[in-house]
Amino acid sequence: MTAGTQMVAVTSNAERQRSRMPRWYRRREASILSFSGLAAFVIIWQLAADLKGLDFTFFFASPSGIIEAAGKEVQLPRFWDDVATSAWELLAGSGVALGLGVPIGLAIGWYRRVGFMFDPWLNFFNALPRIALLPLLVLWLGLGTEMKIAAVSLGAFFSIVVPTAQGVKTVDRNLLDVGRSMDASQGRIFTSIVLPATVPYIISGIRIAIGRGLIGVVVAEFYAQTKGIGVIIVKSQQALNSDRMLFGIILFTISGILLSYATSLLERRFQKWRPGQDMEE
Amino acid sequence: MTSAPATQDLALSARGVRMEYLDRGTRERFVAIESLDLDIKQGEFVTIVGPSGCGKSTFVKLVNGLLSASQGEILVRSVAKGKSDAMVFQDSALFPWYKIIDNVSYGLVCAGVSKKQAHERAMPLIKLVGLGGFENKYPYQLSGGMQQRANLARALCVDPAILLMDEPFAALDAQTREVMQAELLRIWRGAEAEGGARKTVLFITHQIEEAVFLSDRVVVMSARPGRIMEDIRIDLPRPRDLHVKRTPEFQEYQEQIWQLIASQLKAAASQFGGSKE
Repeated sequence: MTAGTQMVAVTSNAERQRSRMPRWYRRREASILSFSGLAAFVIIWQLAADLKGLDFTFFFASPSGIIEAAGKEVQLPRFWDDVATSAWELLAGSGVALGLGVPIGLAIGWYRRVGFMFDPWLNFFNALPRIALLPLLVLWLGLGTEMKIAAVSLGAFFSIVVPTAQGVKTVDRNLLDVGRSMDASQGRIFTSIVLPATVPYIISGIRIAIGRGLIGVVVAEFYAQTKGIGVIIVKSQQALNSDRMLFGIILFTISGILLSYATSLLERRFQKWRPGQDMEE
Repeated sequence: MTSAPATQDLALSARGVRMEYLDRGTRERFVAIESLDLDIKQGEFVTIVGPSGCGKSTFVKLVNGLLSASQGEILVRSVAKGKSDAMVFQDSALFPWYKIIDNVSYGLVCAGVSKKQAHERAMPLIKLVGLGGFENKYPYQLSGGMQQRANLARALCVDPAILLMDEPFAALDAQTREVMQAELLRIWRGAEAEGGARKTVLFITHQIEEAVFLSDRVVVMSARPGRIMEDIRIDLPRPRDLHVKRTPEFQEYQEQIWQLIASQLKAAASQFGGSKE
């Protein structure tokens, strides 16, 4: 057979297809496509609302309607008061959850006996839908900010305690041996080995806690209806203002995104030693 | 004391060491080390070989104080400066959150040396093990062989009288392993040039070739329960390089030790009725 003697350079299929695209596109393909997906959805939503020519504000507002409502809303001093209230409840509640959750989680993981004592309680609260405790919190703390802070902490606390304790328990035994072998004090073993090994667990706990804490704010504000973004949502629903309502929902979403982003910064700060942290392009 | 004159130049002396474990699941006791007597002279390089599960790793952990023996005693020479012993761990066991220099100087910091001084004392050792320029890298940025070099530097950094090495090259690929064996002998001599006294080394491996290449003495242990079967002096000239492995003398030692271990494996196999010989 002499037909097959010619040599051809090997290129992969994917490579041939991609190389048809311009360079600037290839470099940012992921961000361009995700932005397009988002933009396409908003445009179709807007067009559908416009073409229908009907005012559906009380059911489902159009994007431009939401922006308009937002423009009006941000001019009201009451709005900023609501935002500040919700933000405070979220931050203070998360602070309490973190401030109590991390040390308690460390103690549970490090001291076997403390672990045994806390275990039934952790199981109990894990099984309990914690939102069901809200009426009890109102009874104890009233309808004000304290109750909401408590609701947020209650939501976030367990998401931090459980992984923190888990992190301490799963510290690599070989590394503990290194510490003992070097005659490190218990305190040094804790700060130089246990704590750094647990940081990734704490941070993934914080990630889950953010979502739980947000649920806490929303439900507590729905329930008590004194102040906050949650109140904006409920009041708008009662007034059939879906544009203001969606604006409130978007605000909660944005705070979730911002907190997630803050967690990523924390992660980068504390986990420089993990593979992949400095390999991002 | 009849042994008094002899103990003068001993670095380590183990008498009647017995180690039993209680299996938490079955509540059964099993004996890891039956009864072990071992003397190591100062500056000697001694390797313990034996089939897996013979208790050789347990023995270095006993010497290091990570475990305590059920019976018997282990004496190590007390030293004026540095630590009496330090361990080179099996899977490098570097702290992933510390840079190489902080890993290497860890023992000094534990002993209360200031961080700055500890770094200053760690640098020559980092260079000695061939990691100069990598002191500010994190462990994950190093290859397996380089991680083991850092592991070795960490143990050397506390200036131990006895260096305990628990299968330090077991996880490395065959070629890196050979390189590291030769490197270990170079570093051993290098540490001698720097620290004055030659370090005593107690090395654990299940590789016969590695044992013969590195050691002044090879101690062969039996299958579990572990006891010493044979204590073989390796009279190969030092300094050695990898070429020594091709000499007939080297291969004779290897054969001799292999026969001893093979007899153990055969005995173990016939217990299960699986041997065809």
